[in-house]
Amino acid sequence: MGSFKLGKMTFGSLFKKPETILYPVQTRPAPLGLKGHIQVAIVDCILCGICMKRCPTGAIKVDKPAATWSIDRFRCVQCGSCVRECPKSCLAMDPNYAKPQTQKSIESVSKPTASESSEEEKAAKEALEAKKAAKIKAALEAKAAREKNLT
Amino acid sequence: MGKATVIPFGPQHPVLPEPLHLDLVVEDEVVIEAIPQIGFVHRGLERLVQTRDYHQFIYIAERICGICAFGHSMGYAETVEKLMGIEIPPRAEFLRAVWHELSRVHSHLLWMGLAADAFGFESLFMHCWRLRERILDLFEATTGGRVIFSVVKVGGVTRDISPDMFERFATTLSGIKGEYNQICKAFLTDASVKNRTVDVGTISQQAALDQCMVGPFARASNVNNDIRALGNGAYGALSDFKPILDSQGDCYARVKVRALEVLQSIDIINELIAQIPAGDIAVEVKGSPALGAEASNVLEQPRGECYYYARGNGTKNLERMRMRTPTSQNLAGMTTALAGCDLADVNMIVLTIDPCISCTER
Ligand code: SF4
Ligand code: SF4
Repeated sequence: MGSFKLGKMTFGSLFKKPETILYPVQTRPAPLGLKGHIQVAIVDCILCGICMKRCPTGAIKVDKPAATWSIDRFRCVQCGSCVRECPKSCLAMDPNYAKPQTQKSIESVSKPTASESSEEEKAAKEALEAKKAAKIKAALEAKAAREKNLT
Repeated sequence: MGKATVIPFGPQHPVLPEPLHLDLVVEDEVVIEAIPQIGFVHRGLERLVQTRDYHQFIYIAERICGICAFGHSMGYAETVEKLMGIEIPPRAEFLRAVWHELSRVHSHLLWMGLAADAFGFESLFMHCWRLRERILDLFEATTGGRVIFSVVKVGGVTRDISPDMFERFATTLSGIKGEYNQICKAFLTDASVKNRTVDVGTISQQAALDQCMVGPFARASNVNNDIRALGNGAYGALSDFKPILDSQGDCYARVKVRALEVLQSIDIINELIAQIPAGDIAVEVKGSPALGAEASNVLEQPRGECYYYARGNGTKNLERMRMRTPTSQNLAGMTTALAGCDLADVNMIVLTIDPCISCTER
């Protein structure tokens, strides 16, 4: 029993280099695989929306008609579910933290619409969509009629 | 004999790391009775489980507590795996056990720092937390996070540890061990530590058994209760696991049990790393828990036995999820230990049960 049991360690610390760093001037290198922030390679994205469904916090919004993929970085908890589940592997976890911000905002990226540049293609696509819509409408009407007959 | 006075203690108090409120009935500086009150950080997780599917809930489960984050995600995943009858690959079990023991080391080091702070030994506190940072660095390098790891999923784990990284584990841990032995010596033999802890808040073995105490708190009163001894998962591979016990039951015994458990955990990690099998780290999980299926699971958290219960309802969302955390078991023991102590020892006794009120209230 006695005091100064930590003396050796405390004394030794005088001659060691400090454990801390001068933070804003020096920063620690981010280790590989650090959960920093989510990045999207939007050109590969097919806007399937799986990431949106899997996200536990609802941080991701995929808007297919507007061709945008957006993320609310303030909601994201860096769990990595979206990265694992994306069928196109176009999401990645960047090992650097997102910059601090003074205001909440949603980061949105639009898918470049290069494939639809020509008017013809656009028209063809619209026709296709219209056809699809008509089909759905017909099916719905048929269903309504069936239900009416039943009751 | 003086008049009995009630002194409110907490939920905000310099020595309390957690929002616990105590009404101390005091007579002449002696506490006659302590009435605990909780409910300041209740988050309603048991309801929340119905709003997220069972894959997503793991991220909520690990946020129950910042210190046993890994333990809660592991306990939850094991429960759901039992519920759905999933066998996970042995490598995943080993990786989970390695991380879990690592989080025990960091939890105990954190607690020892807080204890040193509570009895006024500031430099000891700083040395404990300095070593803890090294453990957090290991976590950061292997899981990508320092506090919340998100590395367990239902069916296995999401990241593997490379052999190089295991080597770094070994060198870091042996480095820590050398310095930790000096810290340990200070905790266990320094006169100023003993003055504050020996014969303070003593709990007999019988009282510990009667009040169903768990974890290091119970083991310091010679109750042989350690879930790791059941050999669940990778713990079954340990050649010789014996819980660390002490028969004194006072604050000093609790400090001692935790101090020695750090060394034990380091040995466990080394042993597990030496025999980790190769192979997959996860299996694919499809489908949902069946209607009415039930499962329960126990896990030795840094603070003691944690019990998990889950019930499925045929959908992706669980019907019910319940966790009984170690601190909720230990609060009764804490009030027993407080009865009859000096007012100045209250903070020491409250700390030695290592209260985690956030866990308790979920
Ligand atoms: S899961 Fe991948 S491909 Fe699908 S919308 Fe999300 S980022 Fe795009
Ligand atoms: S990392 Fe997790 S929380 Fe963040 S966007 Fe992806 S799924 Fe959502």
